[in-house]
Amino acid sequence: MEEVNKMEETPNNPSRRNFIKGVIAAGATVSSASYLFRTSAAGQTQTASAPGSVERLISLSVNGQERRVDVMKQETLAQTLRYKLGLTGTKLGCDRAECGACTVLIDDVPHYACSVLTHTVRTKKIVTIEGLASAEGTLHPVQQGVVDEQGFQCAFCMPGFVMSAVGYLKTNPNPTREQLAHGVSGNLCRCQDYDKILTALMKGAENMRGA
Amino acid sequence: MAENTNKLIGQNYTTPDIVAKVTGKAKYAEDYRVDGMLWTKLMLSPMPHARVKNIDVSAALAMPGVKAIITADDLPEAQGGGTLGEGVQASNQGEKILTKEPAYEGEPILAVAAVDELTAAEAIEKIVVEYEPLPFVVDPIEGLRPGSPNARLQGNTWFARQAAPPPAGAAAGGAAAGAAGTAPGAAAPPPGAAVAGAATPQQGAAAGASNAPQGGTRGAGPAAAGSAPAAGAAAGARAGGPPAGAPPRPEIQELKWEQADFDEAAKTGHMPTGKPAPGSEWTFGNPEEGFKQADLILEETFVSQSTGHQPLETRSAMAYWQNGKLFLYGSTQSTVQTIGSVARWVGIKPTELVLVSEYTGGGFGSKIPGAISMAIPALLSKKAQAPVMMRISREEEHYIGRARSGIHSRVKVGFRKDGKITAIDLYAVGDNGPYEAQGDYRSVGNTVSLCYQPAHMRFRGITVLTNTPPRTSQRAPGGMQGNGLMEPVMAKAARKLGIDEVEIHKINAPHGKAPFGPAVARGRQAYVTSCFIPEALDKGRELFNWDEKKARSGKRVGTKVRGCGVAVSAYSGGSTGFDGLFVIKPDGRVQFQSGIGNHGTHSVIDVHRVAAEMIGADWSLCDVVWGDTSKNLPWTSISAGSQTTHAMTRAAHAAATDAIAKLQEIAAKMKGGNPAAYKVGGGKVSGPGGSITLAQAAQKAIELGGKYDGHELPTDINGLTKASAAKLAGMGLMGVAKDNYPRDGQTQSYAVGFAEVEVDVETGKYSIVDFTLIADVGIVVNPRSLQGQAFGGAMLGIGHAISQKWVYDQHYGVPLAKRFHYNRPPTILDKPVEMKFAALNIPDPETPVGARGIGEPPVGAGYGAVMNALAAAVGDEVFRRTPVTPDVILMALEHGGQRQHEALTAHI
Repeated sequence: MEEVNKMEETPNNPSRRNFIKGVIAAGATVSSASYLFRTSAAGQTQTASAPGSVERLISLSVNGQERRVDVMKQETLAQTLRYKLGLTGTKLGCDRAECGACTVLIDDVPHYACSVLTHTVRTKKIVTIEGLASAEGTLHPVQQGVVDEQGFQCAFCMPGFVMSAVGYLKTNPNPTREQLAHGVSGNLCRCQDYDKILTALMKGAENMRGA
Repeated sequence: MAENTNKLIGQNYTTPDIVAKVTGKAKYAEDYRVDGMLWTKLMLSPMPHARVKNIDVSAALAMPGVKAIITADDLPEAQGGGTLGEGVQASNQGEKILTKEPAYEGEPILAVAAVDELTAAEAIEKIVVEYEPLPFVVDPIEGLRPGSPNARLQGNTWFARQAAPPPAGAAAGGAAAGAAGTAPGAAAPPPGAAVAGAATPQQGAAAGASNAPQGGTRGAGPAAAGSAPAAGAAAGARAGGPPAGAPPRPEIQELKWEQADFDEAAKTGHMPTGKPAPGSEWTFGNPEEGFKQADLILEETFVSQSTGHQPLETRSAMAYWQNGKLFLYGSTQSTVQTIGSVARWVGIKPTELVLVSEYTGGGFGSKIPGAISMAIPALLSKKAQAPVMMRISREEEHYIGRARSGIHSRVKVGFRKDGKITAIDLYAVGDNGPYEAQGDYRSVGNTVSLCYQPAHMRFRGITVLTNTPPRTSQRAPGGMQGNGLMEPVMAKAARKLGIDEVEIHKINAPHGKAPFGPAVARGRQAYVTSCFIPEALDKGRELFNWDEKKARSGKRVGTKVRGCGVAVSAYSGGSTGFDGLFVIKPDGRVQFQSGIGNHGTHSVIDVHRVAAEMIGADWSLCDVVWGDTSKNLPWTSISAGSQTTHAMTRAAHAAATDAIAKLQEIAAKMKGGNPAAYKVGGGKVSGPGGSITLAQAAQKAIELGGKYDGHELPTDINGLTKASAAKLAGMGLMGVAKDNYPRDGQTQSYAVGFAEVEVDVETGKYSIVDFTLIADVGIVVNPRSLQGQAFGGAMLGIGHAISQKWVYDQHYGVPLAKRFHYNRPPTILDKPVEMKFAALNIPDPETPVGARGIGEPPVGAGYGAVMNALAAAVGDEVFRRTPVTPDVILMALEHGGQRQHEALTAHI
């Protein structure tokens, strides 16, 4: 039982809010507290003030596989995917639910992975950009649409857009351009290749209907 | 144009990198992981301007997991003045990697490497820094007021030490734009030295008497006094000061305007104008005489905003050292051109650096060369003796990620009754940020001169230091702002004179080898290589259906009113003098070496299709090597400023021409006859004696050795190309050459934009319902990508017109809009509903391939067209600054169409 209690506590482990509060109080630095994460066991076990483990081993269903992973209580799904599971196709563009680069599917619904706590998705099915193509490498119809139309420029936003589109098309397989634009309007592209992106995603929708 | 008979040039294709991108396998800088990698947090200045009195890191260093901390005291001497940027000469008053005199809120003071980010963040909380606040200013006009604070201890603007005579290269019309190309011709690396010479023609035309420094950075001087005590002696030994022939290093001084200047402005409501910066004034013709000929004179003040580049990928970087070499995984627009600047920042030789940047998540001018965000992990890694990753958050990107210079401007334009402009008198004040001198304000003058062809013109300007984040070129730097201030004047004049807006642009449009800017040689202006704006206006008028839209423009239906507008723009479209390098291998495959950055423009691949076309290679047998400076890349232009397609198709053409000559000679050797009688095409070399395949020719080239397989190299190629080619020697038939093609005129590209908006007059909200862009950028190399670049550039300009801005608390000097949610870059819902595009596809006569760059010109065209459409819908007096948000429109409409917005205050 003592173990359980330890898991519930996060002594001296600075939460984002506490860190910001600390920063404000200290007046010594500008808040840049988004994005923080812990990857190292050394960082915790070597800290005298961290006797209670802040991670717990959980199972996640990612891209059809059961993955065992140590997760902090405050850890976001984007952190887990990128820094624990090596799935770097999920991008962080803002870490605050503004840009959509980290969009993944959770039970077929697009979510910003930067704003989902990993502990809340233990029973759900997560699909990332790496999980769209078949095991043999056949691209998902929406991915194929992007290739067909040479959609996107720098493509840092591409995984998020593609995941949003795949999720949206599950609810509306035959959208107009305007509808699809609304469907992916939670994703930013700074190259602003929006017109060609829409053309590519519309091609993807067409590919999906034909598949 | 005749039908395109090319197999590759002008044809769509699938780039070889897209599957990696769409499957998430493409690795951007922050996707790399290596064993034992440490993580970093920065401590940023909480004040807009301060002096760091003391730093106590003892408690942080005592923490388990904290591996290294660097402050300004740990910087190598070479970094003093190590900053590079387009057209910027190094100065020891420029930006430093870390500082003890922060000049904007958010400037990095120190960096901590630890086993993870939480530990690094905790360590930063334990560090005690004592600051002494210093006076600050965040508004350039305020910074010119008598008695106002200066952004830097030394003053508020950059001065050249003395008015230097024009550098030989910058004087002649054709040569100024070649700065990027001519500098590297000098043998010795560091290659990055030329980045600073890559002034655009917009800036270069006036380079001679400039206070915006130009040219070589090789003479990076000693570190700033006090920032690196230990380095002083070493720096002295290195002989500070610029080498012979380099322009004098600029320095920061104080320049304030007179109170009378402000009093005059207060009466007229215009921007005050005072003494320009030394060398920032030119006159062509006789403006006074020109205004006498005018039937209509319009005088307007216009304010454009500073905006962050905000690439979606922040400038994260990872570094480690191995066998004395620095391995840096960074995010750059220009692979090869980043080597020299990073080496200089870090204090190593260019040959001691391996830069890996296979995929870059956008740049827009903010990632042209190396930056402090690359130097910090490199230096931390050296100190910690472990690999170091530094992730940059979105807010940190706001601070260190660069931004466009906002421009305050005042312009007086004289028109004849027939719409012809008789004279322009223009004053531009640039918001410089705290560091390197920005040329945007200067480019405003040259862009206006080129786009509207006044016979008489005076330009004056100054770039004013402010305690806001550092600026650098953003797509069409100064060009966008120049078109932006002139376009509403053009539309207003057209309405006052009863002339169609397309017509008034045609009447004043540049054509052919159009002149622009100040007199540069024997009283003559510089001139461009070619220009077809009138043709573009005609084409756009038809494609956009201008006449029909014009007929309904300004007519209210219910609560909605539509308006349509047109705008022209121009910007530098290419440089010269770089090298091409590829190898035809005995297995029949062709390997192209590409030193261009892969940041989404596709020119990293596109330009090599020119060489493939020329040697008749099957594209499916072509491979392009890019993104890693250890992979034998040639000397390459910066991937910015619309330079790449022009510069590197020329280089590709030169290398292919070299290979064709070698193929012909080998065929003649193998099959007999005269080399000239052999033709290259279809994967073969064919002639009187029969034909050989490219594979056979490659095999023979290896047997022959010498020049054929790269064991003997041309003498005029860059040292970097030589080193790369030497390592590829013996692998097959090598095509390698420098672009020595002549060029008469400065290379500029052009765009014309048409927009229709629909405004709800009860809410001020509007949408862009139709947009057309016509590009005059020479021949088309990659149609689909060209259109993407055209629309992307136009959208960047449209973002300035409709929504994007910074907001500063003027009292405390701190930014309030640091994130997307607040500074509002356009979303897919802001996109014009309809978007149409056409390229004139007329070859540029001054480059063998005929192609120019596209990156910059669409920006000003998008910006101006949307503003003019808004003015047509709701009135000419509604706004004189951007962005034109719904509240600006609504407030004006509630006051008889007279603008109510704040006239001059910056960042509101």
